[in-house]
This record gives sequence, structure tokens and C-alpha cells, in this order.
Amino acid sequence: MALDRREFLKSAAAASAASAVGIAVPSTLEASSNEAQKDWRWDKAACRFCGTGCGIMMATKGGKIVAVKGDPAAPVNRGLNCIKGYFNAKIMYGADRLKQPLLRMNDKGEFDKKGNFKPVSWQRAFDEMEKHAKKALKASGPEGVAVFASGQYTVMEGYAAQKMMKAGFRSNAIDPNARHCMASAVVGFYQTFGIDEPSGCYDDIELTDTVISWGSNMAEMHPILWSRVTDRKLSDPDRVKVVSIQTYTHRTSDIADIEILFSPNTDLALWNYVAREIVMRDKKGGGKEDIIDWDFVNQNMIFAAGPVNIGYGMRRAGEKSLKEGKYNAKEMEIINKEMKKVVSAKEAPALAPFGYKEGDVMENTAGTLKHWHISFEDYKKSLEPYTLDYTAKIVKGDPDEDIEAFKKKLQALAELYIEKGRKVVSFWTMGMNQHTRGTWVNTLSYNVHFMLNKQAVPGSGAFSLTGQPSACGTAREVGTFTHRLPADMMVKNPKHRAITEKKWMIPQGTLNGVGKQHIMKIHRDIEDGLVKFAWVNVCNAYQDSASATHWIKAAREMDNFIVTSDGYPGISAKVSDLVLPSAMIYEKWGAYGNAERRTQHWRQQVLPVGDAMSDTWQWVEFSKRFTVKDLWGEQAPSGPRKKALPSVIEEAKKMGYSEDTTMFDILFGNEIARSYKLDQNDPIQKGYDNTEGYGDSRKVIGSDGKEFKGYGFFIHKYLFEEYAAFGRGHGHDLAPFDMYHKVRGLKWPVVDGKETQWRFNVKYDPYAAKAVKDSGNGSSHAFYGKLAKKLLQGSLTAPDKKLGKKALPNKAKIFARPYMDPPEMPDTEYDTWLCTGRVLEHWHSGTMTMRVPELFRAVPEALCYMHPKDAKAKGLKQGGLCWIESRRGKVKARVETRGRNRPARGLVFVPWFDEKVFINKVCLDATCPMSKQTDYKKCAVKITKV
Amino acid sequence: MATSDNNRRKFIATTLQSVGLTALGGLLWSGYSDEVKASALVLRPPGAIKEEDFLKACIKCGLCAEACQNRETNIDRHTGLSKAGTLQMAKGGDHQLIGTPFFVPTEVPCYMCEDIPCVPVCPSGALDQLSVSNEAGELDINKSRMGLAVVHKESCIAFWGIQCDACYRACPLLGEAITIEMHRNERTGKHTFMLPIVHDTVCTGCGLCEAACVTEKPAIFVLPNEIAKGVAGDHYVKGWDKADEARIENAKAEETVTELSKEGTAAGYLNSGDLY
Repeated sequence: MALDRREFLKSAAAASAASAVGIAVPSTLEASSNEAQKDWRWDKAACRFCGTGCGIMMATKGGKIVAVKGDPAAPVNRGLNCIKGYFNAKIMYGADRLKQPLLRMNDKGEFDKKGNFKPVSWQRAFDEMEKHAKKALKASGPEGVAVFASGQYTVMEGYAAQKMMKAGFRSNAIDPNARHCMASAVVGFYQTFGIDEPSGCYDDIELTDTVISWGSNMAEMHPILWSRVTDRKLSDPDRVKVVSIQTYTHRTSDIADIEILFSPNTDLALWNYVAREIVMRDKKGGGKEDIIDWDFVNQNMIFAAGPVNIGYGMRRAGEKSLKEGKYNAKEMEIINKEMKKVVSAKEAPALAPFGYKEGDVMENTAGTLKHWHISFEDYKKSLEPYTLDYTAKIVKGDPDEDIEAFKKKLQALAELYIEKGRKVVSFWTMGMNQHTRGTWVNTLSYNVHFMLNKQAVPGSGAFSLTGQPSACGTAREVGTFTHRLPADMMVKNPKHRAITEKKWMIPQGTLNGVGKQHIMKIHRDIEDGLVKFAWVNVCNAYQDSASATHWIKAAREMDNFIVTSDGYPGISAKVSDLVLPSAMIYEKWGAYGNAERRTQHWRQQVLPVGDAMSDTWQWVEFSKRFTVKDLWGEQAPSGPRKKALPSVIEEAKKMGYSEDTTMFDILFGNEIARSYKLDQNDPIQKGYDNTEGYGDSRKVIGSDGKEFKGYGFFIHKYLFEEYAAFGRGHGHDLAPFDMYHKVRGLKWPVVDGKETQWRFNVKYDPYAAKAVKDSGNGSSHAFYGKLAKKLLQGSLTAPDKKLGKKALPNKAKIFARPYMDPPEMPDTEYDTWLCTGRVLEHWHSGTMTMRVPELFRAVPEALCYMHPKDAKAKGLKQGGLCWIESRRGKVKARVETRGRNRPARGLVFVPWFDEKVFINKVCLDATCPMSKQTDYKKCAVKITKV
Repeated sequence: MATSDNNRRKFIATTLQSVGLTALGGLLWSGYSDEVKASALVLRPPGAIKEEDFLKACIKCGLCAEACQNRETNIDRHTGLSKAGTLQMAKGGDHQLIGTPFFVPTEVPCYMCEDIPCVPVCPSGALDQLSVSNEAGELDINKSRMGLAVVHKESCIAFWGIQCDACYRACPLLGEAITIEMHRNERTGKHTFMLPIVHDTVCTGCGLCEAACVTEKPAIFVLPNEIAKGVAGDHYVKGWDKADEARIENAKAEETVTELSKEGTAAGYLNSGDLY
């Protein structure tokens, strides 16, 4: 049969579509489809975009990916993708892909911060990086070299970056954009469970009776999961209830039985209201019902409290840029609240049990993770303020809604949680994480589930949905945060550092024990002149950070060197001094880990475009530029580190290294690494490119000015296996590298080849089973997380040191935490709440999806969604331009009073994907003071006509 | 911005061309003889009267297109210049009756301005302000019926089971003009078909859905009402819906003729042909 190419493609697409929906394909069509695809190679991969972790299949032909489909074998998505998922190939082929390094230069070819970007060789690029990194080290020590890391790194890239930073540079100034996205969830997990990541999995959706979405527009942000929630609702519409708890109406309310619009930040009060209902109605709490599962609570829980005067994660008095007057009077109005604030009438009742009343001046200390045991009575006391009247009054988010009707909704919500035999899943995403009390609100969710024994059981649990594709798999599990090491270990823990040093074959004492340079701190340290070299990896740090103007100015106007590695030129590249072309997602071997602890691997499908090389390669090449004597000598105190780092050069020599041994030889090209062989007879590797291993047909001229011919070993497998060894036997067990190439991902801990669906539950989690067997307490659960296993005891206001510390073996915590106001709220001048977020069509800052014509066409610009009455009152026209102005800056956007997002009066929503509506110039860089995650969901603005 | 300038120039040129053509009368029209006849597939501005009457009433003055082009909401955010407007004046090669206003949703859809600048400026009644006004006499763009969005379900990926609903999210009357019909996906056993359904009592035919559609050629597209809509007729009546009687209030009994009864009399039939 003769078919031309167009027809070939058409029939191939038709056949795969037909098989996806289970339609019989006419045999003639099938035959021609086989003909068309005979030189296609289909292989599996994970989707590049959100944290759902859908499986995809991609077809490669002639060195390009020609087609993408959902992987019918993938348990998450069963062959479906959202509309972005189908463009996983197209995102790699935008016309303006970065194809060679670009350096700002003057006419003489010298680096010049004021110069224009001109192409340079990889060798020149690394020469400049080496020069400026060494300059930064000299000026500020290890703390002067920083990395904006990512929850979109592959596992291997993140591990390579972390290793070179922490072991090589001895710098903990590496922190991912996942800080902006998941940090509050993480600290919530740490404080509650003593170990990171959700207890449940997506199977909960099919098993539950109730889905309650708190501050999460799942319908747009996790479409495939939403499709599953919707299916569950359709399967039993009367039994299955959906509740949408949001600050504005969006598509997740479409199928909701109850929609609760709350005033920003009052989700704290709402959770406490539900907890109060549980406690006060229970016999032990003074009520008449048996609501709390006391056997479960007594066996598995303790009650805890911590300080409330912890500030808002903003800059603190005495910081250099504040002293230098880089913040204007308007900005200082808010920043001053970091040091002290006056307790408002709104929050006073909630703070009363913690010893504050209206009008009190609360002196804030810097955020702390400190907490201590309290009694159930004290916990109960903390809940007393959340009567239905008080809660409804402060929580109601729509000024036009009837308060009595609103109260009924709150009661119905509590009832759904409490109802015996009703399974409940609480999902949340950025609404609860991007929050100046994000850690608190995360822990409050577990309180409710724990007391009802509706956590870590099939069909029930509080479940933190992840935003990014590998915020879990890389940022968190690998530990590319300033304070973390792999597998939930901490840089400040000397034992953890010792374990890591041993595994990394570096001298004891090499690792820096002070990990305080979180992502906002890195920006602030650049503005303060401490950080002088910063490298942006797999993120868009200059578009995605609040108070953006400060960071851009600092990067462009101060004496520093900013490097961005990216596939496309975005704001961060534009702000940089050097831009490196990165291999994109399927141009390299990789692995991601999704929100349900599922690790998924893929092979390199195609060669990178131009001279682009992977971030792993860039890190490994960079490591060749630094030797033992360059990095491992004594380091004087610097920045947050008040003690000197000792020289470990002599120790290094004892280990067989010389002063001139490069970091490459120690960290990446060591003997163990070289034992991971490249082997074209290995069924996993056979027929696939491995640019880092072999070099490739592009003959890219590498960092030494010679053709890059590969490392000669399988570096991705080495990096993965070395990393995975950290978690095996410690509740983070990953399967062997090869296994992931045979299956559609596995949910860790993978023990004896079996994945784990529900952690901490003895029926499903071998670690829990072992813990219960060892303790002999016969419990259904064991919360075996290892962090903070001994705590002081005290009251709501303070620990009492005299009582000594008490252990909490295998126990989780229920925290007393009040409602508090955020630092910036609407007032007479800035009278409107601003909430920011995403839209389905675009991924994050849009550098990839805004280059896909179909997605661009669908949503070409970010709009300012507002209530029609607000628009009218401000003299704004639907579709007309408005200024959105805060104390920090202003942007122009088009007014939208219709469509997908419908705020109540008093709030506007603006998505952040559009660099031309640079909304982060307007947002406030206040963070949860415990998790350091920025609150992008609330600040005060005024909206005016352009 | 260069493109914006070009568009502007093009727009002015087109307008002048049509004005010129009108002034010169019929002579030059012959060059576009196929375009003299109205294309049935054209989408007209809000408030346009029935196509047949519209063609007679429209004096091709271009005021509606000018109002559309220069509306305040059509200013580029960065340059402050006008962008290409929704309404174009047909020129040679557009395959529309030259000089008449129309729009193409995939180029620029109608953004449904609340003050509908294009309609009140119409001097000839070709655009009927009353038809886009509410009972209180205020302009109400939701009343406009420029066309009707139609979904081709074989190319609409939502019908494949992919959660798309880009059209739904783009719809200014989301949840009214387009709703999502949900069915369980038996193949996966855990996902949902989310199908866009257009409601012709609400859809204005603005074309924002067509512009947003992510398929290569839009699977949802706007057709003129006359073409998009069927007519059930007076003989099918919803017996369960009292209100449906209003639809057939002009029904009357008419003598019917089919092939079988074409003779017109009983005798004619009885006396025709042989039975064996």
C-alpha cells in the first residue's frame, strides 16, 4: 500500500487514538499504520509538567520526537494526559531554543555586565564561571556561591548539584523553587510525622466518600487527578461529596456539593473550628458523643504547641539592605511587622489562649521550629475561641453571602469529617502552602484526620498535592534544600553529615553544618552583597520570586555574576551575565518522583538541540575546575555561619587525594562511578543515546575546548544508585535503577520488590509493621519518623524545663495553633486582596508552554480576574486595562469579570505565567517563618484605571 | 509595534477601498462577481439583522469596524497602540460581500464588550441596537446572536476522554453557553469524560471558544445561526413541556402532498394503474 508521509502520520494518529479509546481499528487502517510507524521507536517517560506524575509514551524518528501519547499502562493516567501533556515534545522545539552559551560582552570580547549577550564556547563559559566563582569564594567564602535549584531537576541532576555544592564548595546556599511550592507541606510533615511526604496515595480517590479541596484548584492544576475525583463523584453521586474551600470561585467548585469561600488566611480558623466540633462534642471534651478514636489517639498521638510570635519571614532589622535604605517607606510599613505587630481585634480571640489580647504589641522573634508537649486540656483550650459565630464572622470570604447560610455550610463541613464510617480525603496545594502560617495550617489538617482515625488508611487522609514534577522525587528526597541531605537527613545534624561524608568519600568535617540560605535568603544575600555568584538551574528564579524588582536590581546593578541554565530565554536569562543552553527533559536520562511517592525513570530519547548539554554535564564539567586546595582549606565565618570551617586538606591527603585532585575525580569520576559500565548489550541501554556517557554525533566542543567524547561510564545510573543507597533501610527505599525501566513507577518505600500504598499503617507498610512488632503495643499504626523524638513539656505559652524531655516513640503530633492575620491586609489605600496562581494551559513561568502555539492561542495573556461590581465601582471596563499596584510595584493587566475564575468583591486573581504581566513585582516576599515558603496568595493592592 | 501599524494601515486602506468602490458604483464590482453574492458562512457584528436584510441595509460605511478597532479595550498593553480589531471590512479576496463588516474567530474573536461600541454607531439599522438591549433599554451583549458554536465530536479531544475543556474555560458565559457533561470513562475505570455542550439559548457566537481550541483545526467553531441550527417544526411538540406550545403558536393545518398523493384527488389514485 502506497501512502504519502502526511497520510502515514494521519493514519498512525488515528490508530493510536482509536486504540486508546478501545475502538476496533479497521484492518486496512491498522496495516498502513504499522507501515507508517515501522521506523518509529515508542518508549515510556514521565510528563514534564505538574506533580501528578502522568506516564507518557513518545515516538522518536530521525532523532526527533514526533509524537506523544498518554501511557495506557500508567496507573496514574491510563493513557490520558491533560492538554499540556500532549505537548511534551513540542516544548523542546521552540524557534528560540538556547543552542550555545551566551555571555554579556563588550566590543573587545571581554565580559561586561553592561554588555550585550554574544555567543561563546563552552570552554569560555566555564572559564568565566570558574573565575567568578573563585572571586565569590574569596570575597564571601562558601556562602558566597549559591544555586537557585529546582523541583524540576531530574533526580540525577539534583543529586549532582547538591553533591558539588555541599561536598565540593562546602556551601549550603542551594535551595530549590520547590521552597516556593512545598516547603510548608514539608515542615508540616516533619513536625507531625517526623518524616517527609504523604502517607496515602492516589488510590484514595477511588476509595473515598468525600473529597475536600482546601486552597487547591485541582480542576486546573491537577486535571488528571480531578478527572479521577469527578469519576468517583459520578460513580455514586449521592454518597460521594465534594467540598471546595477556596478564596475565590474557580473550576474546582463546578462539581462541589458545598463551596466555602473564605477570607484569605482564615483557613487556620476553619480547621480549628472543625477540630473544636470534634473535641467539644466528644465525651472526653465535655460533650455527649463518641467522636474521637481515643484508642488510636492515645496509642499514636501526642499534643504539642510552639511559639506564636514568630514573624512573617521578611527581612529583619539590622540587615544590610534595610540599613542602606534599599526599601522605601511604604515597603517598610509592612516589613516593620516582622519585628513587632499590634494584635488586631480579628485575631485577638484566637490568640487569647496563647496569652495575647487586642492591642498588645507582639514582639516577634525570627521563625523557629521549636515546639513541646502539651496536655489534651491545653489543646482543647486552644480550640475554645472557634465558636460557630466567631469562625463564621472572620472566615466568610464573600461579603455578599448571608452569614446564616454560611454557618450552615461550616456545620455541614464538620459533619462530613465527623460522620462515622465516612471516608474523607483532604487535598490541598498552594493555598495552604503559600501562606505566612503555612506550616501551621498543614499541621492543623492532620489534627482533624488523626482524632477521627481518618489518616493513613485506605480512602482517608490529609494529602498534600505537589505542584512540581519532582518536588518530591528530587528537591525533597534528594534534598536539594539548604538544610537537607538525602533521605530526610539534615546538614545541622553532625551524625547525618558524617554518614553523608562517608558515602561521598570526602573527609570528615568537610560538610558545612549551617544551612540557612533558603531561596529568598539567597536573593536577599545577593542584595546584601554576600552572595556574589549565583547559578539558576531548571527554574526561573527572577520571574518566580516575590518583590521581584529588588532581586533584579541586585543582579543587574551589583558586583556579582549570575548564570542561568535553561532551554529558553526567560526573565532569569535576561537578568543573567551568562546563559547556558540546557538539554531539555527527554534529551537526557532522568527520573522524577511524584506526589504519591512514585519514582519514574526514562531514557534519553533524542540528542539535545544545538550545543545544549544537560545540567548534570554542566555540574560535572564545572567540578573539573576546582581542586582540593581550591575548596577544602579553612573557611572563615561568613554570613549565617558564625564559626570557621576547618581545613580538611590533610584529611583528604590521608584518603589518598592530593591537593590537586579535582572535585570531578572525587565526586563524579571516582572508581565506584566507573564501575557503572556503558554496555550496548544491556537491555536497558541498548540502542539508546547516552550523551554524557559516549558523547554524541553532534561532536560538541566541550569545556576543555576539545570534542566531548563522554565520561566512559554510566553516570546517571551511578548517581541514582549512590543516592538511593541513602534511603534504603531507612523508610525511603527505592528499587534498583533497572527495575524502574521495566515498570510504570513504584511508590516508595519499595521493600522486597513491593511498593507501599499507605505508610505508617501496619497492614501496608513493612516499616510500620516492624515498629509495632518491636514495640509490642499492638497498634494499627506506627509513625516512625525519626525527627524530634524527644520533646520538652509545657503549656500553650511556654515549655517548662523542669519537667524534662519526654520521648514520643512511633508517635505523631496534634498541634495547637491559632488563627493569625497575615502581615499585609487590605486597608483604605490598598483595598483589595491579590491572589496569584496558575492556569491549566501554562506551566509555571510559561517559558515552555508560551512557546507552544496551541497553548499560547488558548491563553495568550494573564488577566486580572475580578468581581463585576468591583470593576464598576473602580470605573473599569471588562477587557480594559488596569493597574494592579502594591507598596512594591505595579503592573498592567486586562480586567476580566467573566470566565473561569470568579472572585467575590474585594479580591482579584492574577496568574503569574505571563512575563508581560510580571505580577511578582507586586507580590510580597513574606514567608511562613518556619518553612520559608513565600505567600503568593495574599497581599494588598489597589486597582486603578490605566 | 510594526505589525500593529501594518494592521492599522491595512484597515484604513480596506475602508478606503470599500468607500471608493461604493462611490464608483457597480463598474468595479464586476471584478469580484462571486463576492457580490453573500457568503452564507459569514459572521456579522453583534445586532446584525437577518443576513438577507443586512445586505440591503448595510451602507458599508465602516463605522462599526472603526469603533471596534479603536475601542479602549483594544489597546496593546505595552505599546499603547490599537491592535487588530475583531471586525474587518470585507475586501477583494475575503470572499465576503465587499465593504461589509465581518469577523473570523480564529483571527480575532469578538470579546463581547459590555458597551458594544460597534452597534450604536450604525447609521443604517443594519445593526439593530434593540436586539442587543435588555428590557430596561440598556445594552446587553449577552443578547447578541452572531452565530452558534458547534462541536465536531470526532475531532474534539474531550470526546476521546482527554480532559481539555479549553473552550469552556475561554467562554465568557462559562457554565451557561458551554457546560460540561460528565460521563465515566469505562476504559480507564477511574477517569471522566468531560464533554463541552453548547447551549444555543445562551451562546452569542463570539468565537472565543474557537480561538482557544487546542486542536490543529478547531473542533469547536462558530457558524451563522441559519446554518448551524435545525428546525424541529410545528409537528413535533414536547407534550411534557407546556412552554413548548408557545413555539407552535402559528401552527396551522395545511393540505399535504407526497409522491403518493400527488394526483391531488382520491379518484385520481383509485383510477390509476392496475393492481395486477
